[in-house]
Formats: sequence, structure tokens, C-alpha cells
Amino acid sequence: MALIITTITLLVVIALALIRAFAGPTVFDRILAGNLIGTKVVLIIAVMGFLFGRPDFLDVALTYALINFISVIGVLRFVEITRRSREEDKS
Amino acid sequence: MELIVSIISGVCLLAGSFLVLSGVIGVIRFPDFYTRIHAAGVTETLAASLILIGLMLIAGWGIVLLKLILILLLVLFTSPTASHALGKAAWKSGLKPTNLKQRNEDRN
Amino acid sequence: MLFSIYGLISASFFMSMDAVDVAFTEAAVGAGVSPLLMLATLASVGRYQKKPTDPEIPKVALLLVIITGILLIIGTLDMPAFGAADAPAHQHVAPRYIKESPEEIGIPNMVTSVLASYRAYDTLGEVVVIFTAGIGVLSLLNFRRRRRNIHLIDDIIAIDEHKILRIVSKILIPPILIFGLYVQFHGDFGPGGGFQAGVIFAAAIILYVLFFGVKYAHQVVNQTFVRVFSAIGVLLYGSVGVVSLLNGKNFLDYHVLAENPTTAQHIGILVIELGVGITVACVMILIFFSFIENIEKVIQELRK
Repeated sequence: MALIITTITLLVVIALALIRAFAGPTVFDRILAGNLIGTKVVLIIAVMGFLFGRPDFLDVALTYALINFISVIGVLRFVEITRRSREEDKS
Repeated sequence: MELIVSIISGVCLLAGSFLVLSGVIGVIRFPDFYTRIHAAGVTETLAASLILIGLMLIAGWGIVLLKLILILLLVLFTSPTASHALGKAAWKSGLKPTNLKQRNEDRN
Repeated sequence: MLFSIYGLISASFFMSMDAVDVAFTEAAVGAGVSPLLMLATLASVGRYQKKPTDPEIPKVALLLVIITGILLIIGTLDMPAFGAADAPAHQHVAPRYIKESPEEIGIPNMVTSVLASYRAYDTLGEVVVIFTAGIGVLSLLNFRRRRRNIHLIDDIIAIDEHKILRIVSKILIPPILIFGLYVQFHGDFGPGGGFQAGVIFAAAIILYVLFFGVKYAHQVVNQTFVRVFSAIGVLLYGSVGVVSLLNGKNFLDYHVLAENPTTAQHIGILVIELGVGITVACVMILIFFSFIENIEKVIQELRK
């Protein structure tokens, strides 16, 4: 029962975070929402693995946790690089 | 004994979901980026740990438990780091926190 | 970024449709690596396109596109309804795979046995496509240029700025590599296999490049080595086929590799997955390196 409630809450949370991802005034808001969704997806995969009785889902959750971090960091880095080069371009 | 464990895990899961929900409401409602990152970052770590601990309690001993612990460690490592990097990058790029007092005075 | 979120969410769709392997791949590729490559492209070509001086509608191309689109739509009319139980795909080979693959191949993960044994031709094709893509990117971006003037990316972003990130990524990289190996060799039993493992491996290297700069990464990952190995992966795959040809069986028939048919299948799948993993990892690393070097070149030109 608690598993089902958790799954539904996580789904709602992802939907709500999507609003911030679309609305977010700065690029950082979007990245924040992406990071949030990534963590929630890791959790939802783990919970769903238990819900369906297939714990091998956890491998996927693990991959997600890794990849999510790498992609958030990578996106940040690129944003930084493009910003710097644009600033240098102006000056 | 089993009943107690499952009750504890249920409580952990529900508390985790509550925190997750409150975090995302913060992300939507808060006025500027830094308060949003505060809402997300603070709830994220605790909520993820609570939900994973709740799962661990019903997992029992075995490789599943090991994987859950790995995921928990990973989340504990990466999500504060990601928040830190985000905050720092935003600050470096010149994003300033909204001055709420100022804004309210402007409105009035 | 939205692209990456799309990857994450579609992976949870696949998850709920029980396609664990697909979700795994989407997790690794769609959510992680492809947004990075998109952003790298944006960073190197600039964000906006120059307006063409005389906007002229390419009529022939437009006509061609419309005709092709109409033909495709007409083609879909013949296809069975989505999820229909009497679709040919569910009648012809799928029941056989589901019924007999445990006895014939002897590994628990059916997706792997279909991918690497029944459909080994197709997978070989996919690996060759990946390899070709790698060659294409290389020849577009840095074939002419001998590596003369590679400065650090840290030249652009001071290296001390990211102390915490660098320490955390230092801690994370070895476990990621080990996890990649686990995924590589666990493909027989659960979700995983060469494609995913290759991407995870490459992701670890990408993390390194992002924080320690290209110069150090060049010292860690030898470029010639990567180039040679991206070809060796394909060769490994193909040579399994050639071995079975030379022994008088069909191309990619694993039964020549050992006496016991199940053992032979096991060996064949293992070798093939290894080939796939090596190629995918090397090509990903190559592509990422050429993108990063290209960005540095652009930035250096801006400075002049």
C-alpha cells in the first residue's frame, strides 16, 4: 500500500517538476528541475521494482543515478563554457 | 517482528513521499533560484534516503540490499555535489538573489 | 536539458512496459550522453543561425519531402493496430523465441539471446553503424588537423574553481568503471550487455575530461589506442562469424566454438558482447574528444 502511494506521489512530483522545467526563467532553474526529475526517476524505478516484484530493476536505477549526475554536471560545464566564450566575445 | 518491520518501512516510505512533495512545491512556489535550490537540495537527500531505507527494510538480506545501499551511497554523494555545482555556477554567472524586501516595497 | 528529461521519462515508460533492457539503454544514452553531445555541438557552432541573404524556398526538396511523407503515411495504413495480438510480429518468431530460447541458448535473459544469437546479423550491422558514425565524426571534425595546439580546457575555466566536484568525481570514477564491467558481463542474467556497458564506460571517461581537461585525459586515454580498439571491437565480432564459416557452418553460428551447444552459445555471446562493448565505448570516447577539441579550437580562434 505504502509502495503504491509512494509511486503515485513520485509521479505527481515529476509532473510538477516538469512545470518548473518548462517555466524556469533561467537555464539553472531548468537544470535544477532536470536534476530533481532524475533523482525522482531513480526512486520511482526502485519502488516500481518492488511493486512488480522484479528487483533486477535496481541495476537500471543505479545506472540512472550515475548518468543523471554526469549529465547534470556536463550540462552545467557546457553552459559555463559557452557563457565565458560569449563574454569574451563581447569584451 | 515482521509486522513491525513492514510498518516501519511504510512509515519511512510515506515520510519520504511527503518530503518529496514538499520539496517540489517549494521548487514551484519559491520566488528565485537560490530559494528553489534550497528547497530541492534539502528535501532531496533526506527523502531519497528515507524511501531507500523503507525499501531496504522490505528487501531482506541479499544482493538487492547491497544494490540499494549502493544507490543510497551514490545519491548521498552526487545530489549535494550537483546542488553545490548548480549554486556555484549560478552565482558565478552573476545571478543575484531577489531582494524580497525591496520587491515588496516596490509593490507597495 | 529538456531532451535529457525526455530521456528520463521515456525510460520510465519502458520500465512500466517491462522492457528493462530498452530502459537501460535509454537511461545510458538518451538521458546522459546525447544531451551532452547536443550541447557540445551548440557550444562549437554557436546558438543562432545566420539569416540567409536571399530566402529562396527549395521547391524540389519540399515536394520530395511531402511525397515521401504521404507515402509513409499510406504505408502505415497496412500495419496492424498498435498492440494487436494477431500482429505478424507476435505470431511468427516471437513464440518460438519465448518457448525455446531457454533450452537452445541456456541463458536467462531472453533479450540478450535474441540480440546476440538469433539476430546476430542485425547486431553486427548495428555495431558497424556505430563504428561508421565514429569515423564520420572524426573525418568531419579533425581528420586534417594534426594535434598541434591543444591547450587545456582549464585554460578557459580555471582548474581550482571546481575542487569539490573534482574530488567527488575522483571518488566516483573507479566504481563507475567497475559497474560498467558488471553490466558488461551480467548481460546474460539481467538487463545489460555490451551497448550499455560501453556507454557507462565512456561516461566515466567523459566525467574525467570535464574536470581534468583534455590534456590530462589524453595522457590517461591514449588516442591511438582508442582508435585502434574501436576497430578491434568490430573485428572481434566479425571474426567470430569467420571462425564459424571456416569450420563449415553458417556465418555467426556459435556451435563450432565448443562441443556442448549451450556452452558454445555462452562463449559466442560473451565474445560478441565484448566486441560490442569495446566498440561502443571507444567510439563514444572518440566522438566526445573530437567535440571537445573542436570547442577549444573555436574558443582559441575567438581569442585571436
